Amino acid sequence: MLSLKIAIRFLKTGGAQNLLIIVGIAIAISIQIFVGLLINSLQKTLVDRTIGNSPQITILSSTDINTIRDWDIIVRDLEEVDQIRATAVSATANAFIQDGSRNLPIIVRGFNFDDFDSIYNIRDSLYEGKPYKSVREVLIGKNLREELEVDIGDRIFVKTPEGKETYFIISGFYDLGVASINESWILANLDTTQRIFYFGNRITSIEVTVKDIFAADNTAYEIEKLLDNNDIKVNNWKEQNEELLSGLEGQRMSSLVIQIVIIASVVIAISSVLAITVLQKSKEIGILKAMGIKDLAASSIFIYEGFLLGLLGATLGVILGLGLLYGFDASTTSADGVAIVDLYIEYDFIITSWFIGVAASTIAGILPARKSLRLNPVDIIREG
Amino acid sequence: MSNIIELKNVNKIYKGAVDTHVLFDININFDSNSCNAVVGESGSGKSTLLNIIGTLDKPTEGEIIIDGIKIGDMDKNKLAELRNETIGFVFQFHYLLPEFTALENVLIPYLIKNRRTSREIIEKADELFEMLGITRWKNSLVTKMSGGQQQRTAIARALINNPRILIADEPTGNLDTETTNKICGSFREINQRFGTTFIVVTHNREVAERTDRIIEIKDGRIEKDVLK
Repeated sequence: MLSLKIAIRFLKTGGAQNLLIIVGIAIAISIQIFVGLLINSLQKTLVDRTIGNSPQITILSSTDINTIRDWDIIVRDLEEVDQIRATAVSATANAFIQDGSRNLPIIVRGFNFDDFDSIYNIRDSLYEGKPYKSVREVLIGKNLREELEVDIGDRIFVKTPEGKETYFIISGFYDLGVASINESWILANLDTTQRIFYFGNRITSIEVTVKDIFAADNTAYEIEKLLDNNDIKVNNWKEQNEELLSGLEGQRMSSLVIQIVIIASVVIAISSVLAITVLQKSKEIGILKAMGIKDLAASSIFIYEGFLLGLLGATLGVILGLGLLYGFDASTTSADGVAIVDLYIEYDFIITSWFIGVAASTIAGILPARKSLRLNPVDIIREG
Repeated sequence: MSNIIELKNVNKIYKGAVDTHVLFDININFDSNSCNAVVGESGSGKSTLLNIIGTLDKPTEGEIIIDGIKIGDMDKNKLAELRNETIGFVFQFHYLLPEFTALENVLIPYLIKNRRTSREIIEKADELFEMLGITRWKNSLVTKMSGGQQQRTAIARALINNPRILIADEPTGNLDTETTNKICGSFREINQRFGTTFIVVTHNREVAERTDRIIEIKDGRIEKDVLK
């Protein structure tokens, strides 16, 4: 352990030179953690806010009549799939709202309210009124409300494509944060849509949310295999959002490149500074060799130096990186005080970054260690 | 007395643009427990001879036997072990590690071989400090010590592993007369007390006169070998 002891002493007496290396490593690791966690958080926030409050898997009919029979058996089978978080059965159809002389196209979506809430979090989006209960009661979106200029208790008149006319009573208004939904979806009981659109006991889709959004394609495949039914098809968000996914992948890759460049520059910087240390300490190393220290033990002094610098720098870097991230989070809120990015602190990533910092710094010690192998005590003594 | 060091037909040539032949057919033995001085002018080859005896350098030709073992076939690690256990070095410049105290410096050769210090080795270090008259400075950083104190610390370091041979290259080259006398006195005492074989390269006639044998090197050859 003499090599470690000498390395510690060299570091302690190294002064500003070592302090600069530690700060250099700390900055690199802090940027690695800041950029890495921020990009991951941005991606998750983006996916959560776009895909999170909507079904990630949709089971539809693949037959010509576009409806699913015996859906209660399918729902029961789905309970076996561990990855599924929630399911909601829907009977959905297109219709028109008759508003004076205008005919506005709408989509009437029939759901059990609690099932719909488990996927779309509608309770939190219901900004006025109450959930629908009776056959006639419906919820309409914020944009449609503004278009129709209606209030709770008002009636809206609807015409089906088959020409059937009926009316609904507004029990509340929602805002799901997506204009296309807010202006077209009318939410009603499952029974209501089944009756109005003559679905009988049939439904049009089963919507599913999963525990791991990014594994939705695997879960969809699992469902397909489990159900083994040619009359249905299983869609997942990933196959329908390939552009979003490739954008996210591009973002992830660019973040990775930044991180690799940072680490590479740290390795080069540490390596060159430690190489100078070898020159500065060549007399000491030479005399240690004359006294009988073996080459491996002498060169391990510089490996230990790299390791210790990495240990201190990476630990400081983690603290600094998290500080930067929380500082960024606190200073970037929207006007209503909500954070623009939801922070996801991934401990695995932090530990990996810390480990990379320590490992890179230790590896940086190899070059000077090799240089020290070539030091010949006779040359040192002869030079005086 | 038995030979502790034997040199047979040792030649040393430094290869370069022009080869430099530094030592010519050196044949010499050193008795164990003896005190020897190697003298000669600058560039005569005495330091090269000392480095070869100390296994820091290799002869171009010839054979070195230390304590009955031929060292020509030994690899770097074996030679390092031999130096650590058998040979102590004192140079003109002390080469102490400035980051360590005098005591820590003295213990380094012991710690090269052992993981941690023992009570016995600390006592041995204390004994050497006492004998060399530097006990007061044993816990001082070497940078806070005078040249004489630093050189005496280097001597204590060379002796901590009880080496059978102590090689000293101009050990008093940088010191005043008083300190030189003290160090010469210490060498004599160590030689008698521990039975250490001394080989001292020196320019200083007085230092040489205090040894048992004076070997004079001239132009890479043994010019004189006087046993007193």
